[in-house]
Amino acid sequence: MTKISMVIDGVRYEDEVEPRMLLVHYLREVAGRIGTPIGCDTSNCGACTVLLDGLSVKSCSVLAVQADGSTVQTIQGLANGEWHPLQRAFHEEHALQCGYCTPGMIMAAVDLVRDNPHPTEEQVREGLEGNLCRCTGYQNIIRAVLRAAGSAAEHEGATS
Amino acid sequence: MTAETVAPEIGKRRTRKEDARLVTGQTNWTDNIQLPGLLHVAFLRSPQAHAKILSVDVSGARQLPGVIAAFSGADFAAEQGSLPCAWPVTPDIVMPAHPPMAVDEVRYTGEIVACVVARDRYAAADALERIDVEYETLPAVLDMRAALADGAPKVHEAGNKSFEWVFGNGDMDAAFRDAPVVLERTYRQQRLIPCAMEPRAAVCAPVADEFTLWSATQIPHVLRVMLALVTGIPEHKLRVVAPDVGGGFGSKLQVTAEEVLTLLIARKLGRPVKWAESRSEGNLSAHHGRDQIQQIRIAADADGRLRGLSVDLLADMGAYLMLVTPGVPLLGAFMFNAIYKMDAYSFKCTGVFTTKTPTDAYRGAGRPEATFGIEHAMDDLAAQLGMDPLALRERNWIQHSEFPYTTVAGLTYDSGNYEAATAKAVDLLGYADLRKEQQARRESGDPVQLGIGVSTYTEMCGLAPSRVLGSLAYGAGGWEHASVRMLPTGKVEVVTGSSAHGQGHETAWSQIVADKLGVPFEDVRVLHGDTQVAPKGMDTYGSRSLTVGGIALVGACEKVIDKARVIAAGLLEVSADDLEWSPGRWSVRGDPEQGKTIAEIALATFAAHALPDGVEPSLDSDATYDPDNFSFPHGTHLCAAEVDTETGKVHLRRYVAVDDVGNVVNPLIVDGQVHGGIAQGIAQALFEEAAYDADGNLLTTTLADYLVPSAADLPTFETDRTETPATTNPLGVKGVGEAGTIASTPAVVNAIIDALRPLGVTDIEMPCTPQRVWRAINVAKGGAA
Repeated sequence: MTKISMVIDGVRYEDEVEPRMLLVHYLREVAGRIGTPIGCDTSNCGACTVLLDGLSVKSCSVLAVQADGSTVQTIQGLANGEWHPLQRAFHEEHALQCGYCTPGMIMAAVDLVRDNPHPTEEQVREGLEGNLCRCTGYQNIIRAVLRAAGSAAEHEGATS
Repeated sequence: MTAETVAPEIGKRRTRKEDARLVTGQTNWTDNIQLPGLLHVAFLRSPQAHAKILSVDVSGARQLPGVIAAFSGADFAAEQGSLPCAWPVTPDIVMPAHPPMAVDEVRYTGEIVACVVARDRYAAADALERIDVEYETLPAVLDMRAALADGAPKVHEAGNKSFEWVFGNGDMDAAFRDAPVVLERTYRQQRLIPCAMEPRAAVCAPVADEFTLWSATQIPHVLRVMLALVTGIPEHKLRVVAPDVGGGFGSKLQVTAEEVLTLLIARKLGRPVKWAESRSEGNLSAHHGRDQIQQIRIAADADGRLRGLSVDLLADMGAYLMLVTPGVPLLGAFMFNAIYKMDAYSFKCTGVFTTKTPTDAYRGAGRPEATFGIEHAMDDLAAQLGMDPLALRERNWIQHSEFPYTTVAGLTYDSGNYEAATAKAVDLLGYADLRKEQQARRESGDPVQLGIGVSTYTEMCGLAPSRVLGSLAYGAGGWEHASVRMLPTGKVEVVTGSSAHGQGHETAWSQIVADKLGVPFEDVRVLHGDTQVAPKGMDTYGSRSLTVGGIALVGACEKVIDKARVIAAGLLEVSADDLEWSPGRWSVRGDPEQGKTIAEIALATFAAHALPDGVEPSLDSDATYDPDNFSFPHGTHLCAAEVDTETGKVHLRRYVAVDDVGNVVNPLIVDGQVHGGIAQGIAQALFEEAAYDADGNLLTTTLADYLVPSAADLPTFETDRTETPATTNPLGVKGVGEAGTIASTPAVVNAIIDALRPLGVTDIEMPCTPQRVWRAINVAKGGAA
């Protein structure tokens, strides 16, 4: 067992974990942050995407011990009193149906618009290539990200 | 006080109530459920396609720390029963026993042979490694034609043919005799994996002799009945809950081995247990879809008029018959004739066993397969006749003035307007201009050729009249249930037997109730997916929820209004006959100031101080609706594809969809259903295939191998609607959940072939990957395959 410490959605956690434990399992089963779901076991679907020290990662492809000393932000830590512009845009544009991919999709989009506050449609499509959705055909996801990009980036403190 | 006039909710672009929990990570997926003392189940699955089980030794697993138990099939042999098939399509169907955990023999890679129960999922996974199974390999049976050949190795003792189902109408001999044009084609519908984003999961909590099972299922009600029948646990001691469910597409319209075993393990141990599959496990063992070989013959007159259609299907059942496996291809029997008039029609389907994962419903279930077959054939026939593919369709389709129309397959289409939908789609695409561009590219020998694919589809959905399902030997009815509870403060709880898993029923049902009862949209809460909360239902599949469940809801609202009338009359001291209803309020005819709102009546009913004699103090209602007919959405999808003849790469340049789903309750939700449906159909056309190697190992167990398309793989869809109300239900609505998937696969494949037809290409097996497209071009040029 290895002792690790990280800040998840603003709260510090300290635990002893098996070195092989995946970050997503640590988040879900030790820290109780179950808002981040698991959609595959090969890092293809992106449902488990979180921000690790501000950058999007698939939390199934990171070991919990690798995140030692880091700051993790999950979908559950995104709204700060009110919804994040991307959460609002996903709702308003009907960018989700079953919603299983949504936490990962939104977290990936947060990272995308920080990098590029004014993306083109093509850039959004390519930027979210690592997050699979089976319900929406992506059309409204793209629309939501394009709609929210500017204000989301501002919200995240990015400069264009 | 008078009720304010409010704009109708039905038809409004309402954003969804469901989203509040889904965009914030507060969703209650089955795998999120934690219970005190919860144990984790992991299943050991066969690595062989076909083998005798000689021995299973679980003792090594039991010795690991954290392992509570380990079982083999023999441990459950006395109690596990056989997984149910509710659709014995013929009296002499071969329906082999299907133990949830294999005991003597395995018949596909992924079949369960043992399990462990441990304190956490890591310990469970470790323990699986300690189970020893000895197999004697038997021959794999992977090809349907080979499976039916004399002397083929047998999947089951009774042979490899499950059933042969025939159907037809009209004089086929006359239709084909001296027919000026005959088209013969064989198409392949590849095997697909539904891949809902939420993997399957089940949790079971036993308390004394009662059980609660949470499952990522589309069908909590059907599942409860079936689990009772399979396990012998009395139905009233079983509660089944479908919490938030992350997509289904038919894959969760099933009674799975894992659900049965999770329940039995919980019973055996008297402790709560959870099973949550990995994606690889799901790709292997959750049922697959499609997988047909279609032999199609069409006889036509020289002007393109259809005389007769003959369809001969081989349908791969996989290793066993699951819940509705045999019925899936038969739904296609009613859809091959599609929107077309013809003199005669014959259909034959042979259900074949192979040593592959069982197949069952996948979005569209039988209808995408049929629509692909007929729409591909119509394009091929148009080419053979030298006609424009749209002109050939118009020559044969049921005209708007001819509805209601009884088709050659015996269904009565209540309404439709194929002319209007097609005209709109043609206009939106700029069909004529693209044809000109196509011609120019052909003439210039452009290495990138342009093709336009046409798909004018209809489908039967809203499963459906119980008597029709009964006549097809289906095991259940097609009704749906709803109830409305008026709370004392005027808020409304709606209980529905539909079981949404992404469709947005909480929103759409609120809109219907808001309009019917005249209450604010926000005041309605929809409850579903728990047999203790919503005790009656037939669940969600087959695009049935609005057209059946929505109408049950209308009936329940009407009963509330009728009850409120009597109580309002008492409160107002007038005769009930003197009252008139305007949304939300009963008022005295001729004296509209005198009236009571539904909220006032609800409070008065709760107090029950002044109810008329003999009137019960309740406004609550129940209604069950069994439709008279299916609903028949339709539409015209047009795809413009650029095909690079040097590399085989296909680029979808435009995709236009004009769908007619009757009246629309929520355009936002309808558009979303269409987008997702189109994407799934395109996925079949271009990307996805469940592939096996020669030994029967599934090669596409991960999302790295099974190519669910990403945002970068798909174009923006251009969608529009025509609205031809259904005449068979009071909302005038038709189903929408499967329409996009049904329409889009042939539109895309037809576009690719249209681009390449001058090169001599007439078919490309799906998925039309660059390699396959390039190879088809090369073969047409006389090169090697």
